[in-house]
Parts: sequence; structure tokens; C-alpha cells
Amino acid sequence: MKTYTVYVPSDSASRSVGADDVANRIEFEALKRKLHVVLIRNGTRGALWLEPLVEVETALGRVAYGPVSLFDVPSLFDSHFYSGGDHRLSLGPTDEIEWLASQDRVTFARVGITDPLSIQDFEAHGGLVGLRKAISMKDNEVIDELTASGLRGRGGAGFPAGIKWRTVLQTESEKKYICCNADEGDSGTFADRILMEGDPFTLLEGMTIAGLTVGADEGVIYVRSEYPDAIRTLERAIVIARNYGWLGKNVLSSGRAFDIRIRSGAGSYVCGEETAMLESIEGKRGVVRSKPPLPAIEGLFGKPTVINNVLTLASVPMILADGASEYQRRGVGRSLGTQVFQLAGNVARGGIVEVAFGATLGALVEGYGGGTRTGRPMKAVQIGGPLGAYLPTTMFDISMDYESLLSAGGMLGHGGIVIFDETADMVDQARFAMEFCAEESCGKCTPCRLGSTRGAELLTLISQGKDVDGNKKVLLDLCEVMTDGSLCAMGGLTPLPVKSAMLHFESDFSSKNGELR
Amino acid sequence: MTYASWSKDEALLVLSQTRDKPGPVLISLQAIQSVFGFVPTPAVALIAEACNVSRAEVHGVLTFYSDLRTFLLPANHVRVCVAEACQAVGSRELVSGLKSQGVEFDKAFCFGNCALGPSATVNGKLQGRASVDSVVKAIQG
Ligand SMILES: Cc1cc2nc3c(=O)[nH]c(=O)nc-3n(C[C@H](O)[C@H](O)[C@H](O)COP(=O)(O)O)c2cc1C
Ligand code: SF4
Repeated sequence: MKTYTVYVPSDSASRSVGADDVANRIEFEALKRKLHVVLIRNGTRGALWLEPLVEVETALGRVAYGPVSLFDVPSLFDSHFYSGGDHRLSLGPTDEIEWLASQDRVTFARVGITDPLSIQDFEAHGGLVGLRKAISMKDNEVIDELTASGLRGRGGAGFPAGIKWRTVLQTESEKKYICCNADEGDSGTFADRILMEGDPFTLLEGMTIAGLTVGADEGVIYVRSEYPDAIRTLERAIVIARNYGWLGKNVLSSGRAFDIRIRSGAGSYVCGEETAMLESIEGKRGVVRSKPPLPAIEGLFGKPTVINNVLTLASVPMILADGASEYQRRGVGRSLGTQVFQLAGNVARGGIVEVAFGATLGALVEGYGGGTRTGRPMKAVQIGGPLGAYLPTTMFDISMDYESLLSAGGMLGHGGIVIFDETADMVDQARFAMEFCAEESCGKCTPCRLGSTRGAELLTLISQGKDVDGNKKVLLDLCEVMTDGSLCAMGGLTPLPVKSAMLHFESDFSSKNGELR
Repeated sequence: MTYASWSKDEALLVLSQTRDKPGPVLISLQAIQSVFGFVPTPAVALIAEACNVSRAEVHGVLTFYSDLRTFLLPANHVRVCVAEACQAVGSRELVSGLKSQGVEFDKAFCFGNCALGPSATVNGKLQGRASVDSVVKAIQG
């Protein structure tokens, strides 16, 4: 009997719009029609507006259908979709979907293509090449390669990965750790999650390279509790990697040990800040530590620790496999390689857009994003999560890289872009920034702990039209105190969304004048 | 979700598996909650003793993390994302709609489903493009 291979993503975004129902229905119809269908639950391709995206293997490669609902499945079978038949939902060969084909997938090269938990599939698509190469190289050479690639931290601060690793390598200690920051708390970001669910082995490979290179035998992935599917997938991947002779006492017969365990967060945004994360892994309250000492010197349980974001670590295997020059030929200025942008919020075509640094904001939100989902004119975008700036559509020609965004008064953060249409009230958005800070502050610094509550109160007064000018002045003073008097970026950058909203959307504020509500 | 009712032995069984792990307090609290559905008051002293820390320390951790609870959840637990990406697609309306229907829910900050908002979970199951209707339907099963 002929075998047909069908892919339905198991990604939690796909499942949130019915992928499980579609998958079950496909198996049901196959049984009923006596067809032999092998169903693979892959990761998502990242074109989330097309989810659930169903693919089938054909002689001409994979072809796609989407977005598929439960009720489309019988007609898909009627059209022989399992051998690529034409249907109302046909999208053609997946590799030719312009939205995907025009991207430059490096870190996300395998996501959506492979079976997330098949190590054979992983290796067939270039997995473990980077680790094997790293094993054959001297530790310093690995770090030289990483430094030459220009890879910077993708968690927000953009610190060069090579320098961090070198510090840990050079710090003498009988015990060292690799900590992967998978707290991904920024609204508008989901790339870490999609990678962990769709290609977990790549993250494990990057961590293993880090461990062997700096001399750490233990890795911890700190995953937020809002990501139960990612935790489950990673746990399974770790067991598979141990059985394979990869994780454990003798990594791929190198004679060196490295193993990984998962720690689940417990619902705290500030635990994404690296030192609060360390406290949390140590089982304590997630209160931010003062630096120095740097975590690279005194980190987890006081030992030298590499802390990197999921995307930073997941980029390492490709860099070693293909060479630093292949990575750093992409990008602009000091922002080299690719950035995994995430289009979110009120967007027609949201999802993962991995392209070289230097694409314009407009190319991302209008080109890929296709404008708003509601069809109303765009008003604002917030880049870089809750601590990032609100920018107007007049700034769409700005180049998306670390330096350009900084000089435009914004920040790249983790690469999330949240789109708002004209109905957004920027006073409400500014107030939310303060409320969020009040909710999530670790409480160590007064300007952050108390200032955020005062800030939210002031913005409530402004939105009620009460002494708008006077309260705006007080608010700006308060922002200055928070910026100057906060230990970490939680209190230090909360003024960024507030002040950028005041600057670029002045009329939302001044129009409250005399509008006493 | 069905949870065990409080029993000291059951709690000790849990703690015997967590107390020797590195940084045991938070994992112990999480493990206790996963068995009993919340952290019962007598568990605090047991955790303190098992992990060899003060009760104040356990209490401090318990009150820091928003996941940890000292009460049992309602039979149907609804969480609605109220962070920016969902605000941009009407989470404020979803929140007020649920309130006017008398549906109880907790607010959450981000489920990582930010291209398909507004997002909500009903008993842990994630919904994209959620509406009052879809949430109510999921509650009714
Ligand atoms: C309030 C706050 C929240 C943060 N949340 C995260 C997060 O969720 N994930 C992350 O990787 N980095 C986060 N960071 C940045 C980390 O402190 C740190 O810079 C990063 O994990 C280092 O890894 P990288 O160099 O690979 O980016 C946060 C920082 C602050 C101040
Ligand atoms: S700025 Fe806020 S979150 Fe950061 S250390 Fe200070 S109080 Fe804690």
C-alpha cells in the first residue's frame, strides 16, 4: 500500500487555533478511506497566520495547505491532498511561498522542517556538525570563531557572546555552569518558544558546545512556566540525547562530560533578568543582584556561568558548522548575522521573520506583516517588549539593527515587534508600562518599586484630563529618577515606552486636556 | 484537575524527592503545589525543615512568585493575556466581555502566542484568537 507523509505542526500557536483537531481528523479520514498516512507533528514554519498549516510530501517536495480547519479535512481528502492535489486552500510548494522563501533562515533553518524529536532527522539536516567540529577544535579556537562571527546576545542587551565565553573560560574553577535564559517574558516575542518546541536539539547542541568550550559540565535551561509544551519537548529531547551518547559522561566519545536539566519559572517577568534568574534557579526570590561580580565570574551557586538567551545559543551550531565568515557576511555595522524578528499584535501576517540585520522597519511590518489584521491604518509599533519604545509609522525607514534603533531612541530587545492600529490610545499604553513595572518589580530599588505605582497614578490623572500639563511635567521628572536610580533595566527602561509615547503621540496626551472623564 | 487532599505523609513523600536537589525551596513549593493544587499552610514549615532554611525564607519565596498559591483554584481556571500584543487585538474588550458575563478569570502576561491573540487558557489549554464565546464554550466543555 502506498504511504503518504503529512505534516501538521505541534507548535502551541498552531494548536491554539486547532492543529490537534486537524491532525486527529486527518487520521480519522485516512482510516475511513483505507489510506496509509504517516502523520508527522513538526514545528511551525513560523507563518503563523497560515496556521494550522498542513504539508504533504510529494515527488516535487513539500506542498502546503492553510489555514486548515477541522471542517476542511474531508474536502482535502476528496481533492487527494495527500498526493498534492489542488484545493481551495492550496498554497503550492512550501519552499516557494514568498513570505518564507524571501527569508534568510539560519538559526531557524530546521524549524518546521524536521520532526522535533527525531535525532536522525536532525542529523540528516546538518545537526551535530557544529558540535563535532567544536570537539575537534581547541577551546580558544571555538571562541575565536564565535567572536569573529560577531554574534551578540539575543536576549536584549546585545553583549558579544565571544567575550562572555572567554571570561568564563579564563576564570579558574572546579565547577562552571551554562545557563540558558528561556524566560522570554516580553509580550510580542515567541521565537525562543517556537525554537524549543520545533528544534530543541539545536539548543541542546549550542549549550553542549558552550559547556565543552568553557569547561562546564552542567547546563540549566530556565523556562517560564507559561511554556508547558516547550518544557515537555525539551525534557524528551534531553532523554533522547542522553540515550544517543551525546549528553552525559562522555559527549559523543570526546571523553568530556556535559548534561542539561530544566528549571521551570514560576510566573515572574523580572526572573528573565540574568541575576534574578540565577537567584530563582537557586530556589530563592527573584531579586536582582548587584554587579559586579559578573555572573561570568561568580554566577550560579557562586560559580563562573555563561548566561545566554535561547537564540544566542541556538545560533552557535550553525556558526561553527558553516564558519564565522558565512555568518558575519550578513548584517550591517556591528549588528552581524541574522535576527529572528517576531511580528505580533494587530498584524495581518504575523509570525517569525528571520532576516539579516538592516532590514527596514517598514519592510518588516508592511512587507511581511501586510499591515494590520483589522485593516485599519497602523498607528504605532512597540519594538523590544514592554521596556521598548513606541514608534510612529513615520519612522518606518529606520534600519533594524542594534545601533540604528538605539540612535532612534528605541531598542531591539529580543526582536519582537507589536503592531497597533489607530484605535490604540497611547496614554493607556504608557500607563500599562508603569502598571506592568509595578506588578513585576523585584522591589530592590525605590524608584522602580514605588515610582512605577506613582507613574501609573499620574497617567490615570492624565487620561482623566486632570491638570494634563502639570502631571506630564511630574511624570517626566519621575521618569528621570527611575532611569537614574534603578539597578536593572526593569526600572531603568520602563520610562522608554512612556516617554516615547509622550514624544511621538503628543496629541493623544494633549487631547485629554479639559476632557474631564 | 483532581488534587490530593492534605496529608503530611504525602507532603513528606514529595519533599523526599526535592530536598536534595540544588536550590530546593522553589522546586519543593512547585512540587507541593502540583500535588495539592496549592501550597497548604502546614507545608511551609515542612519545606523549611526539609530544606534546612527558615520558615520566613520559604514564605518569602512563596509570596514572590505569582504562580504559587495558597488557595485552591476554581473548577474551571481561565487566564486571559493582558499584555501589549493582546491589547493590540482587543484583550481589553475580551476582559470586559468576560466580566459582564460573570466569568471569573486571572490576568496573565503573555503565553508566547502573540501573533494569534487575544490569547487565553481554559484549564491550561491555550486558545488563539480567543473571544468571550470561545472561552465560555471551553468552560462548558
Ligand atoms: C527585566 C528584564 C527581563 C529580561 N528578560 C529576559 C528574557 O526573558 N530572556 C532573555 O534571554 N534575556 C532577558 N533579559 C536580559 C538578560 O538579563 C541577559 O542580558 C541575557 O539573558 C543574556 O543573554 P544574551 O547575552 O545571550 O542575550 C532581561 C533583562 C531584564 C532587565
Ligand atoms: S530596577 Fe526594579 S526590577 Fe530592577 S533591581 Fe531595581 S527594583 Fe528590581
